[in-house]
Amino acid sequence: MSLTDNDVKNIAKLARLKLSDEQLPVYVDSLSKIFDFVAQLNAADTAAVEPMAHPLADQVQRMRPDEVLDTDQHAKYQRNAPRVEADLYLVPKVIE
Amino acid sequence: MTELHHLTLAELNEGLRARRFSSVELARHFLARIERLNPALNALITVTPEYALAAARRADELLASGEAGALAGLPLIHKDIFCTDGVLTTCGSRMLSNFVAPYDATIVEKLSQSGVVMLGKANMDEFAMGSSNETSFYGPVKNPWDLKKVPGGSSGGSAASVAARLAPVATATDTGGSIRQPAALTGLTGLKPTYGRVSRYGMIAFASSLDQAGTMTITAKDAAMVLRDMAGFDPRDSTSVDTPVPDYVAGLDRPLAGLKIGLLKEFFESGLEESTAKLIREALQVYERLGAKLIEVSLPNLPLSVPTYYVVAPAECSSNLSRFDGVRFGYRCENPQGLEDLYMRSRGEGFGAEVKRRIMTGTYVLSAGYYDAYYLRAQKVRRLITDDFARAFQQVDVLMGPTSPTPAFDIGAKVDDPITMYLNDIYTIGANLAGLPAMSIPCGTVGGLPVGLQIIGPHFAEAKLLNVAHGYQNETLWHRDIPKGYA
Repeated sequence: MSLTDNDVKNIAKLARLKLSDEQLPVYVDSLSKIFDFVAQLNAADTAAVEPMAHPLADQVQRMRPDEVLDTDQHAKYQRNAPRVEADLYLVPKVIE
Repeated sequence: MTELHHLTLAELNEGLRARRFSSVELARHFLARIERLNPALNALITVTPEYALAAARRADELLASGEAGALAGLPLIHKDIFCTDGVLTTCGSRMLSNFVAPYDATIVEKLSQSGVVMLGKANMDEFAMGSSNETSFYGPVKNPWDLKKVPGGSSGGSAASVAARLAPVATATDTGGSIRQPAALTGLTGLKPTYGRVSRYGMIAFASSLDQAGTMTITAKDAAMVLRDMAGFDPRDSTSVDTPVPDYVAGLDRPLAGLKIGLLKEFFESGLEESTAKLIREALQVYERLGAKLIEVSLPNLPLSVPTYYVVAPAECSSNLSRFDGVRFGYRCENPQGLEDLYMRSRGEGFGAEVKRRIMTGTYVLSAGYYDAYYLRAQKVRRLITDDFARAFQQVDVLMGPTSPTPAFDIGAKVDDPITMYLNDIYTIGANLAGLPAMSIPCGTVGGLPVGLQIIGPHFAEAKLLNVAHGYQNETLWHRDIPKGYA
């Protein structure tokens, strides 16, 4: 299958990735090749097969008691933030 | 004279406990090697000498008092995918090039409690996406066997570190072959445990239904020692399995007579170089001499493992990596013009080319109208492949074949062609899709470059795999080879 420039622009938008004009044709080409490659899966007979989401059978998500395990460490975590003021993460203005 | 870095982890452990050398001496010895040899290899992103010497002093005190943990005083390098409290944790990405982890991954915590001395953090493919260690923001890692060759990936820094004896052991992770393939390409023993055997908490996620942490060591015995203290149930990882951890070291010497080895027919077809195939056949003869029986088995759906993986893994990656938004941690672009621009440019500039390719592949296969055709179908084929393995293990104890179709290739040779690069993992991906434990052990060299024998077992058969690998290493010396210039 061959993707168009617009297809790839749309995928990049959904993925929130800014691509440069030079990068775009590289991705049009390589993503088209990848989707051709994975089209081999169409050869498998999967009519009666249950999809497998997890590698170990019979695994279920566990519940745990609702107990406080960690104390507040926001100051430590916010040391990694690009911009913080008054303990708040700062982003550009969203609503004018 | 035998130097400290010639010794295996088990031998270093004996020496430490017999007080032939101290942990501080060991740390200094390996730190000096890192300083001298790493600039040419680029195997480490961060070196932590102060942290190491402080941990080594503590280990020496504990060893003196007789209260030391099983791995006390032994030097180790962590793959930079594991969060280390207060230490830069980059995952090989510009996105995390400023990220100082605020907590320890469970395996980092467990191994610290056991007394290991962290020397630094190993280079890796960006977010573990790659098979050659060329996608790292920190530049490619070189293979100590030949600096023009790749060390494999994504745990290329872990592999190059141990191969060059910058440390006797490194941690690593394996989503599609990222422990076994670099172990094969650098002459090491690589162990990927069963999915859920080792906690994923604090291990930066790539594809959560496939990712598993393991070890890169000189011998199977060393791997057994480390896995014993890494493995185990962790309530902080919801996919961690609550099943007891056996003493992997205790079972190493069981005789291999009567062992039923399945030869994967599909692995000896398609693209396997004859010189590699010859070494694999010679390794199988060693097992025959030890009394094992060879049985050919066929896994008819196995040839679909690479296309299955390249739908499932990118889908999970696109979801996992959506957390990197330039808001709470990680890279943020300059002068964002609004929130949308902040997201788009922080991610566009923070992620490298291969990571963006996989995020977009995953975004597409999960998008409305394509989900059934790609993702659901891949999950169904994943079950077919898993069922093939289950049927094979009704007949045999372990499966064997090559780890990689060729020895290490030239840096730059495959970087522009993603499909060719993806096909490096043709023999390793099956075990990840089925959640099985698997190892690679060195079994010879072609043109001076190591070749790996792969051993795959049923779920939670790590003790059996280690026993099988140890049996071979008792008969051969490939695992003791050190690349020229690093002895």
